[in-house]
Amino acid sequence: MRHIIIGTGVAALAAVESIRSVERGAEVILLGDDPYGFYSRPGLAYFLSGELTDKALFPKTREDYRRLGFTYRKARVTKILRDDTSVQLEDGSLLTYDRLLLATGAFATPLAVPGSTLQGVVKLDHLNDARNILKLAKRGRTAVVVGGGITALELAEGLLARGMSVHYLLRGNRYWSNVLDEQESRIIEARLQEEGITLHFHSELQEIIGRSGRVNSVRLKNGKTLKCDLLAYAIGIQPRADLAREAGLNVERGILVDEFMQTNDPNICAAGDVAQVYDRISGRSVLDSLWNAAREQGYAAGLNMAGRGTPYVKSMPFNVTRLAGLTTTIIGAVGHGRDDDLVGIARGDSETWRELPNAIVAQSGFDVNRVRILVGEKKLIGAVVMGDQTLSVPLQTIIAKQIDILAMRDKLLAQNAKISDVIVDFWSNLNPVN
Amino acid sequence: MSFLHIFKKSAKKRATLAQGQVVPDSSRCVQCGICTYNCPIEIDVRAYAWRGEAIHRSECLTCGECVARCPRGVLRFERTDLFRAAAK
Repeated sequence: MRHIIIGTGVAALAAVESIRSVERGAEVILLGDDPYGFYSRPGLAYFLSGELTDKALFPKTREDYRRLGFTYRKARVTKILRDDTSVQLEDGSLLTYDRLLLATGAFATPLAVPGSTLQGVVKLDHLNDARNILKLAKRGRTAVVVGGGITALELAEGLLARGMSVHYLLRGNRYWSNVLDEQESRIIEARLQEEGITLHFHSELQEIIGRSGRVNSVRLKNGKTLKCDLLAYAIGIQPRADLAREAGLNVERGILVDEFMQTNDPNICAAGDVAQVYDRISGRSVLDSLWNAAREQGYAAGLNMAGRGTPYVKSMPFNVTRLAGLTTTIIGAVGHGRDDDLVGIARGDSETWRELPNAIVAQSGFDVNRVRILVGEKKLIGAVVMGDQTLSVPLQTIIAKQIDILAMRDKLLAQNAKISDVIVDFWSNLNPVN
Repeated sequence: MSFLHIFKKSAKKRATLAQGQVVPDSSRCVQCGICTYNCPIEIDVRAYAWRGEAIHRSECLTCGECVARCPRGVLRFERTDLFRAAAK
């Protein structure tokens, strides 16, 4: 049995692990053209802010890889030949497979304004991007950031940490409007301003103006001009689905897969950022661009490739991130609609967050500790926990396990309820400590 | 009995000073490596987080450096309760 995996991200690696857990003898070949192989992409933000070195981003040692026992070939796949169950590499050679996994990930949606190709226009999608930003930040003084979601904020804060003065442009009237509610956006915005980042609302990039090939200033649609030597953007991501599309696999925005991570070809699976996964609960196929979701999908795909039909049960999507220095956990369904600053989905985001069934919002908070929960008829549907994270683990469990909350529902919805206390009491009754 | 004391820092501190171990919640972990990078005795905390195992290493100082620096709340201290561990 020969398994070929295209990609070197966390979904690919998880698939190798799961194949190995059930098939000691099968041949596993990993193909990828990333010069660095497997490293922590979410960690790039912390490399940018100076919290760790780039060397520290690599989780696995040579010994770890040796133990897993797979062949790694640094090669770009140019074609999938389904009729011959083989893939073609850049040099024209063919490799046959019994089972194939597409774990090719996603790339940053490019900026489509004049001047996007100037030196000094950067994104944060890859280790090379981060290294390039650090080089430019040493020379430059002023940066402009455009985009929404987590990555844009990581860019703004990273550039600030590197001593640049930062202008953050928002097309809409608040930050990350499709996930956060107004109060949450305002908390983040106030903190960004305190840190020294200048926010510009209702500001849309019209053109990046260069001088001798380098960014020199940006012109906005409202006629304003801002001088800068660096323009950083994070407006969303796009699954790398061309190989699949050209091979005639079903592709919508990502590669469509069923609960077994299988495409419409029984020998080919897809997982991670490139996969659009069928969600049993909503009956729709959604994109999740979350590290842990990619890991779980890759693991399930590997088991299925090894003949252990195991459905991937999409767990409650959640992400923990730092927004303006504030630890924020986003669980289940919390947001809605569109975000002017994003084209589709962003890194660290889940489409499931925006599937809102009937629910009542209950929230409490002060200063920078804030909890918002979406209360359904019998269960909690989603939550945003900002600041103090004491509640995030209980809430994660209550939401994921769909625990019946009738015992506390009225208390939660009472006027001026101390939501934190109600949840802690409920939780401690569920988990009595002797 | 009220459990609101868990919000109090002093309780946290007492728990830390007690005999305990660092426990990861691997579903929160993105393998960035800040924990391993900051461990004063070079324990590869991240590898434990990948496997979802507690850091049951006798040389761990439970200094809290990895717990405090993790940007995603992956790590926490748990009391090592010999009598309850057997019952789990």
